Amino acid sequence: MQLLAPDAATATDRPRPRSPRDLFVSFTWLALQGFGGVLAIVQREVVEKKKWLTPEEFLEDWAVAQVLPGPNVINLSVMIGDRYFGVRGAAAALAGMLTVPLVVILALAVLYAHFAGNPQVAGALRGMGAVAAGLIAATGIKLIPALRRLPLGFGLSLAIVAVVLAAIAWLRIPLGWVLIVVGGVACGETWRRLRPVKGPAP
Amino acid sequence: MTITMHWHDWLALLAQYLMLSMLSVSGAITTVPDMHRYLVDQHGWLTEAQFTSSVAIAQAAPGPNVLFVGLMGWNVGLNAGGGIGAGPHAWLLGLFGLAVTMVGIMVPSTTLTYFATRWGHRNRERREVRAFKQGMAPVVVGLLIATGWVLAAGNVTAGVPAWRLWLLTAVTALIVWRTRVHLLWLLGAGALLGAFGLV
Repeated sequence: MQLLAPDAATATDRPRPRSPRDLFVSFTWLALQGFGGVLAIVQREVVEKKKWLTPEEFLEDWAVAQVLPGPNVINLSVMIGDRYFGVRGAAAALAGMLTVPLVVILALAVLYAHFAGNPQVAGALRGMGAVAAGLIAATGIKLIPALRRLPLGFGLSLAIVAVVLAAIAWLRIPLGWVLIVVGGVACGETWRRLRPVKGPAP
Repeated sequence: MTITMHWHDWLALLAQYLMLSMLSVSGAITTVPDMHRYLVDQHGWLTEAQFTSSVAIAQAAPGPNVLFVGLMGWNVGLNAGGGIGAGPHAWLLGLFGLAVTMVGIMVPSTTLTYFATRWGHRNRERREVRAFKQGMAPVVVGLLIATGWVLAAGNVTAGVPAWRLWLLTAVTALIVWRTRVHLLWLLGAGALLGAFGLV
C-alpha cells in the first residue's frame, strides 16, 4: 500500500486563502452553488480548484466533521477557516456559508408565502417535499454497504438501523434517549471489539 | 395560523435547539423528526404544511441544508405575529424566530467543533475516537432513513391520495440510490407533478 506523504516542496508554498475576506467570499460562492447540499461543491472548490487541501487532508477533516455534532459542511468550514486564520478565519468561513444563503432563502420563503394560497404552488411544494423526503432516505440507504466494514459486523449494524428507525419514525421516542441508549450500546460494543490484539489468537 | 408565544416559550424554543445542536450527529437533518415532534405534535407552533415546506424550500434553495432550521423559526415568529400579512410586527417576530433557532442550532455544535477539532485530529487513532466514529455510523444511517419517513408522512394531506406521495418518495429514493441524476432535476420533476395535481 502506498503512503501518500505530503510533498515537502509543495507543503510550504502551496495555495492558501489570502485573508479572512477571501475565506468569506470563497465560502459564500460555494454555498450559493450548492443546491440540495454543499458537500460535493466544497470538495470540488477547496480541493480540486483552489487546492487549499489535498484529497487526503479533506477526507481526514471530513471524518472529524462528521463525528462532531452539527451540520457537516458547517463544521468543515469552521475547521478550514480556523486552520489558516484562527478564530477570525473560522468566523469568516462560517459567515460566508450562512449570510447570503439566508437572505436568499428568506426571499424564497416570502415569495412562497405570497403564493401559498395558489393550489399549483402548494402542489409544487408538496411534490418537492415528497422528493426531498426520498433524497434524505436515499442518503441513508447509500451508506448501508459501508456498514459491512464496521467492527460491529453487518448483521448487528442492520439491527441497530432498524431499532433507530422504529424508535424515531413509528414510536416517536425523543432523539436524546435514542442517541444515549442505542448510540451508547453501539459505541460501547465497538470499543470492546476494537480491543488491541496482544499476541497471536489462541 | 396564529399562536401566542410568551417569553418563556421563546426560551424553551431556544433551549430545545441548543440541545438538538449537540444531538445533531452527522447533520441537523437527522434531528428533523425530533423538531417535528416538538414543534408540530407537542406545541402546535407550526402547521404540518409549514414544517414540510420549510424543509422543501431549503432543499430547493442554494446553501447548506441547515437553513431549514431558520425557516422553521421564521414561521413560528410569523405565526406569533398573526401571519405574514399582519405587517412589520409579524416580520420582525419572524426574524426574531429565525435568529432564535439559528443561534440555537449553530452555537453549541460550532463551538464544540472549534475546540474539539485539533484534539480529534491529533487523536484520530485512539480507541475511544474510533469507537465513537464507527459505533455511531449505523445510528446515523437509521436516523437518515427515519427522517425521510417522517417527512414523507408529513406530506400526506387531504385531497391527494396518500399512496401517490409515498410512491414519489420511494421512486426518488430509488433513483438517488441507483443513479447519479442531478438533484435539481428530481426537485423540478416533483414540483411539476405537484403543480399539475398529480401528487
